[in-house]
Formats: sequence, structure tokens, C-alpha cells
Amino acid sequence: MQEMIDRAKELLADGTVDRVVGWRSGEFSYDITPGVFRSAEELDESFIYNDLCAPNLSKYLIKESRKEGKLLVFLKPCDTYSFNQLLKEHRILRENVYVIAVPCTGKIDVDTIKDKGIKGITSIESDGETVTIHTLYGDKTMPKAETLGDKCRTCKSKKHVVYDEIIGEDGEVNNDGARFELVEKLENMTPDERFEFWRNELSKCIRCNACRNVCPACSCENCVFDNPNSGIQQRAAVNSFEENMFHLIRSFHVAGRCTDCGECTRVCPQNIPLHLINRKYIKDINEFYGDYQAGEDAMSRAPLNAYTFDDCEPGIVYSRGGKA
Amino acid sequence: MFRLPVSKIDDLFGTIASSRTLYLPVDGNDGRAKYDKWSEGTKMSDKLNTVRSAKSFFFPQTTNICDFNVNGANVEVVDIREESEDFVVFGVRACDARSFTILDKVFLAEPVDSYYATRREHGTVVTMACSEPEENCFCNVFGIDAAAPEGDATCWIADGYLYITSNNEKGEKFVESISALLEETDDSAVKAQQETIHGIVEKLPFGKVSTDHFRKNTLLEIFNSEKWEKLSESCLGCGTCTFVCPTCQCYDIKDFDTGHGIKRYRTWDSCMYADFTKMAHGNSRNAQMQRFRQRFMHKLVYFPDNNNGEFGCVGCGRCLSRCPISMNIIKVIKEFGEE
Repeated sequence: MQEMIDRAKELLADGTVDRVVGWRSGEFSYDITPGVFRSAEELDESFIYNDLCAPNLSKYLIKESRKEGKLLVFLKPCDTYSFNQLLKEHRILRENVYVIAVPCTGKIDVDTIKDKGIKGITSIESDGETVTIHTLYGDKTMPKAETLGDKCRTCKSKKHVVYDEIIGEDGEVNNDGARFELVEKLENMTPDERFEFWRNELSKCIRCNACRNVCPACSCENCVFDNPNSGIQQRAAVNSFEENMFHLIRSFHVAGRCTDCGECTRVCPQNIPLHLINRKYIKDINEFYGDYQAGEDAMSRAPLNAYTFDDCEPGIVYSRGGKA
Repeated sequence: MFRLPVSKIDDLFGTIASSRTLYLPVDGNDGRAKYDKWSEGTKMSDKLNTVRSAKSFFFPQTTNICDFNVNGANVEVVDIREESEDFVVFGVRACDARSFTILDKVFLAEPVDSYYATRREHGTVVTMACSEPEENCFCNVFGIDAAAPEGDATCWIADGYLYITSNNEKGEKFVESISALLEETDDSAVKAQQETIHGIVEKLPFGKVSTDHFRKNTLLEIFNSEKWEKLSESCLGCGTCTFVCPTCQCYDIKDFDTGHGIKRYRTWDSCMYADFTKMAHGNSRNAQMQRFRQRFMHKLVYFPDNNNGEFGCVGCGRCLSRCPISMNIIKVIKEFGEE
């Protein structure tokens, strides 16, 4: 972390950038807030980077890169995919952003720890292997692997796909397919079971819009669900049908553009595994059009935005036996 | 003071549910607590609190108000209100219990909100003391005692017994209705547990946060502070804090076009949303900073100014746990308190 602060100070001092987008420490060691730092003093005071800095900073750059001056941003491997995708969609002004890639070995999720029955957590320390949890009711330790959030449990890549400079060693893309295991489980359910599963999950939704607002692929200036002229602008719906449609419409809109950063599930206050809907589309796109990873580069056309004679026909549903 | 062995708690729930609907905190599929209807076999959650607050019992996220059936040039207005049924909410924590008195000040003031009032009349609130407060709890900052929650009746679980006492007429009727299961006892076990709870509260990280600064006629100074820019800079503008909050009470009235009529309903609104104050002339709050500021000004300045100094927060800690970017009322209070 000190290396990041020192480098940020240098870039501020030599005028390369005039502000830094990073993570700010909170009241505990784990309630971390994305923040904009404007001075060396501010960096010393509250800049933090550790195994708990889960928030993806890429989306903030839509707004920040349009402000005057140049900014430095620290991006974790998965955040660089979102960054690239936003570049592709012309949402970030690249010339105003200086990217430093920082390594990530998976982020600890407080809720994952709390779900194990650990109460009153006042601080969490990690040495990369073992996590020590201090609570009002005594200390606990557990392997870090058991504390990871959904988005990190099946990490897709430790490789940064875009940066101006890098701190530490770059990692590798993870192609073991583990992230599709739960999707396969859902595919293997009967349609009724699957419908029941999603009805149960989506009925928990309180339409807080956290998933949409945190999503780097949801960057419309005025969402259709916020547009009073759309006919579907709702707070909470009068019936569950409309409620369920919100997530399906949203996920279709980000299909082919979702990089699988997992922020939707991380922020959901109702603990709905929203990322599984997006992963289903990612898996289908891979199967229909060949392997594709949104955000891997900033230039290529996405399968859903490009027509080729080899594209599958809608009838593929039948050749899959009508399944999923 | 009355008690019954915890091993008999299912009998208790069965007796309550035999005469009215019983709701209590239960663990969902994911192990996180939510309020749900009791039926044979339902187990009460041992989590400290539910993810969502208990306000939904009196102020649901969506309330259907009336229907308009459109038939050519004729519009028929249909009153769809049903007689509300009696219900008991069991296991409400001290913070949520206090939130009801805050909501009462809003909805039961003239003109009385009849939808809310009906639910309040039909509902009995049975609270449960918090034997293990957690890191995000700060109800004591607002004068709430986690060891002696308000409500119509109050329970404690100690030494294998559920202790119960009533706090008002409605509570007495409730205790009366389950009296066959209870035995009278003294309050020594409860007193001992209360002492233990107070000992834990004493050690809570936010237990000594000061709200004094908000009491010093500082409305304009706080409103115009430059601190709001930094506090709100990474706010996503989602409604999580407002929707998990037990005291957030803003709502909107909307029409849902069914194709052959209109369903008019009331739904929670959130000051964090971009169109919250959107009116015919435009929007008076165009930046997220203004919306963010509104939420905390409401709870910490406007509400107490209008309600004899009572803050619009009960220190339940839900916004601390659930904000996607960990910005919350404690950080706001501290930022202003440290002047």
C-alpha cells in the first residue's frame, strides 16, 4: 500500500495528475469507501488498499474523467475489464486517466464472514493466507479462501488488461470454468425448479437499484426505469411480475457487455445472486459465438453487436433439446 | 413478570397463532433473517436483527390504494381496502420498536393516515431484548435501551426461560391471551441480563458518538457546509439505506396502467433517487450531494427541529451494514461532531 501512496504523491507532485481515485478507510478496517484524493496529506490520512477493498472504481471514471484535469486511478485486475469495456462504449475519456494496475489476491467479504455466525466484527486483518477477525465477543481466525465474496470465489482473471504502469507482478487469466458451475446446476434443473429458484430469489428484491447503480455496464444517462415517459417507471411494482421483469430487462441490456465483475451481487442488500443471470448469458454467448470476454480489449466488436454468416439461428433452442 | 421455558416456545407461538397471524424473524434460505409468517415448524431466528426493518408491518413497501376501472367513458373507482386482521409481531428489537413511535409522529398527526392507523390498531408489538448487540449498534446514542425495549410487551431470553412483561393495555391483553402457558416470577434473572447487556453496550464502538452539534441551532451552518461534497462523492444514488431504514418514511403515489384500468398504489420513495423531488417545474435537487444531504438533514436536523429534539434515527446500524460503499450516518455525525 505504501508503494501506491508514494507513487500517487509523485504523480501529484510532478503534475501528471491532479487527483487520485482510490479507496478510503472507514471506522473499522473493512467499511471502505471509494474516494477522490487531492493532496499528499489526504493520501496519508485515509488512503487504503488491502484485502478488503472490493469496490470496483471503474464506473466512477465516467463522471471523474469528464471533470477538468487528469486523474490517477488504481485498478485491480477485474476492474480493468470494466475500464476497457467503458472505453469501448466511449464512456471514459482515456486521455484524462492515468491507470496504475495493482495486484489482487481476492477480496474478503464481511457478509461471508457474518454468514458463518461470527458477530460483532470490529476489525479484520489478513496476511494473504489467514484472516484474523476481532469481534466484541473474542477473536477468530480462518483461511482467507473461506472469507471471499461471491465475486472472488471464482475469480476469472488476475491479469490486468489495461494500464499505464503496474505495481507488482501481473497474473494469469483463469480459464478453469469454475465460475459457470452454479449456472450449470441451474441449467440442469427442470424449468419448474428453475422458475421456483428465481421466483424465490427475485421476490426478495426491494428495488433499491443498488445493482443497477453500481454496475459499470449500466451507464445510461437516464435509465428507462427512471424515465416517466417510458410507461414502466416504477418504484416498487404493484405486482411481482413487473418486479421480476426489472432484473431480466436489465440483464438483457448488459448482455455481451457485462464483464462479470460481480458488483451486483456484492451490493445487493437482499443477497440475491444476480451475477448468475449475467453468467448464464456469458456462458450462452461463449457457446453460441465462441469464447468471448467483455472488456478483454477496448476495440473489438462484441458478438451481439456483429453479424456473421456463422451466427447461430434462433432454432438453436431446439437443437439444445429445448433445455435452458 | 412472567416466564415459560424456552423449550415450550413452539407452544407459545402456536397459542398466539391460533387467534391471529403471528410474524417473527426467521432465517431465509441464505441464513439471513427476515420477518415471516409463523406456521407449525417455523423456527425463530437467533440473528441480532432482520436485514429489512419491521416498518413494513405498518408502512409496507407497496400499498394498493384503489383501482380505477375504465369502461369507455365511464370510470369506476373501486375501494379495494380489506378489513385488516389482527396480528402480532414477535421479536422486534428495541431500535425498531422506537422507530414505530417516530413513524407515528408522521402518519398519526393530522391528517391521520388511515392505512397506517388501521395497521397500527390491529398490530401488537412484542419486543425482545438484545443479548448480544453488535458493532454497528448505537441505539443508546438516541436514548434507546437495548436491554429494555419498548413495545406493547417485552421479552428477554435468559437461563433457558423466556421472560415476558406487558407495557400497556394492549400488552396486558396479549399476556392474558397466553397466560395458560406462563408462570409468575420475579425479575432477578432479567435484571442480571440487563446488567450484562449494559456492559456490552458500554463497549460498543459507536456507543459514545455525540450528536450535540446538531442541537445547537446549526441548521444553516450544517446545510451550507463544504463537508457534504466529500461525504457524498462516491454515493451511488441507490435507495438501499432508505429501504432498510426503519424510520425512512417518504413515499410516492403512482398509477399502474393495467391496460384496462389503473391501479393506484403508494410505494416507498427514496430521497437518494434522481427524480425524488421532480415536479412540473423541474427538480430542486439536481446533484447527488443535495439528495445525500437531504437524507441526513432530515434525520439529524429537520426532524428533531419539528419534534421536540427527537432524532429521526434509532441507531439500528442497518445503513452501516448495507451501504454498497460504506457511507453512513455515523460517518456523517462524526464529520460534523468533530468540529
